[in-house]
Amino acid sequence: MIRIPFARSIALAVVAASLLLAGCGSDTPDYNAHDIQGVMPDLAFNLTDESGKPLDADDFAGDITLLFFGYTNCPDICPATMARIRAALGGLDTEQRKRFDVLFVSVDPERDTPERIERFTTSFGPDFVGATGTEEQLRALSKRYRVTYGYGEPNDSGFYLVSHSSAIFVFDPNGRVRLLVNQNESVDGLTQDLKTLLEHLDDTAPPAENA
Amino acid sequence: MSLSEIIHWATPWEPLPWLIAVFALVAICYVCGLARRRRARDILPAIAFFIGLGAMYVVMQTYVDYYAQYMFFIHRGQHLILHHLGPFLIALSMPTAVLAAGAPGWVNRGTRFIGELPPVALVYRFLQHPLISALLFVGLIYFWLWPAVHFTAMLSARDYWVMNLSMAVDGLLFWWFMLDPRRPGTTRTTYSIGLRIIVLWAVMPPQIVLGAYIALADHTVYDVYAVCGRAFPISPIVDQQIGGLITWIPAAMMSVVATLALLRLAFVHEREAGNQTKANAGGPASLHPERSPT
Repeated sequence: MIRIPFARSIALAVVAASLLLAGCGSDTPDYNAHDIQGVMPDLAFNLTDESGKPLDADDFAGDITLLFFGYTNCPDICPATMARIRAALGGLDTEQRKRFDVLFVSVDPERDTPERIERFTTSFGPDFVGATGTEEQLRALSKRYRVTYGYGEPNDSGFYLVSHSSAIFVFDPNGRVRLLVNQNESVDGLTQDLKTLLEHLDDTAPPAENA
Repeated sequence: MSLSEIIHWATPWEPLPWLIAVFALVAICYVCGLARRRRARDILPAIAFFIGLGAMYVVMQTYVDYYAQYMFFIHRGQHLILHHLGPFLIALSMPTAVLAAGAPGWVNRGTRFIGELPPVALVYRFLQHPLISALLFVGLIYFWLWPAVHFTAMLSARDYWVMNLSMAVDGLLFWWFMLDPRRPGTTRTTYSIGLRIIVLWAVMPPQIVLGAYIALADHTVYDVYAVCGRAFPISPIVDQQIGGLITWIPAAMMSVVATLALLRLAFVHEREAGNQTKANAGGPASLHPERSPT
């Protein structure tokens, strides 16, 4: 048997590890949000839009899409996030703004009818599109982006809370996933990120594992 | 529980056919080994083996995995089973002899051949060195719970499985090293009982520190569960506190339980040594009488 002294094998392992780490550096743009390029599959879904018609990812091709999961009865996160998106888009000039779509997906189809969703999204502006779907469609979309939702117990008046993802997923015009924006990112930070993204639209990585 | 509910729970959230095949093959070999050997003293180890193997399967390839992906405290429970409890029970049952009896001859020959290849033997010896073993055991827990790393691991399907499988493999290596029932010095990786107890107690404080930090933090340490949504509405801080407690208390308790197992092993070794001086009168049955050569 070949014998390598233990100390020397540790030294070898350290050298190998540092070489591996050194190879990881590259010049990626600096975002406030999480750069999740290549981590998740391209945008794809089948849902129902605000007028009850089928909606899929092709309807968003060519635009930068901001995807958010929520429900219209949401007491805090959803309206606050939609308002933050509106404010962040307001920080862009008109030409830049035209390149963005906001897709609000309700994960509470029981209460959120297309009309109800439309009332909710139009209050934020024309770039906001609402959608929902069957349990199966919603599960397929949320599982694709590794998010979930769940329902709390209804109170005496039938009101119940819905747990859902608090993040905004940003897709480029080719439907590739680019950014994941946390709930605690400031409006200015988001505006800055959207500008940076516009400048770096072409630096796409090959698609990641497709679910 | 109705049939549809059973099917719902038994269906893997993210099926990995090769992983299911590995579990099935190991279980089949073990059952065949039990049937061929027909020894009453295999029963207790077999129970430990199947509880360990079954628990590891359940947390990875049933609907439990869904909850582990979307609830921090269930994720911590999953890792407690993958890294501590499951591998501990499997190593305690010392299944090599039964598996070897059940596996086809070519599998045994192939495993022995690969195991004896100098690079493989060298890597194994390196990983089972007490210092490396302890560093890996604690290091992996810290690595995957590093907030930035944890964030990506929960978002990327690939990293998620790398995380879970690395915990399972490291758990098996660590407890295999810890609970090796052979007399110290039998193989190059069979270390003295005293040294093993030192390692067991050395890995305890870092786990307590990390668990306590998570349990007592007044802010959200892992925001990925808010980002991805939780399986059911629960206060993020409560989720985090329970998760921290699971990282803190049962994980550290495992070191205490393993110490007791090692003290018993030391006692068995001593008694065997005493019996050998009595003209090889056939020692009493120990927990693992067959010292399978590896």
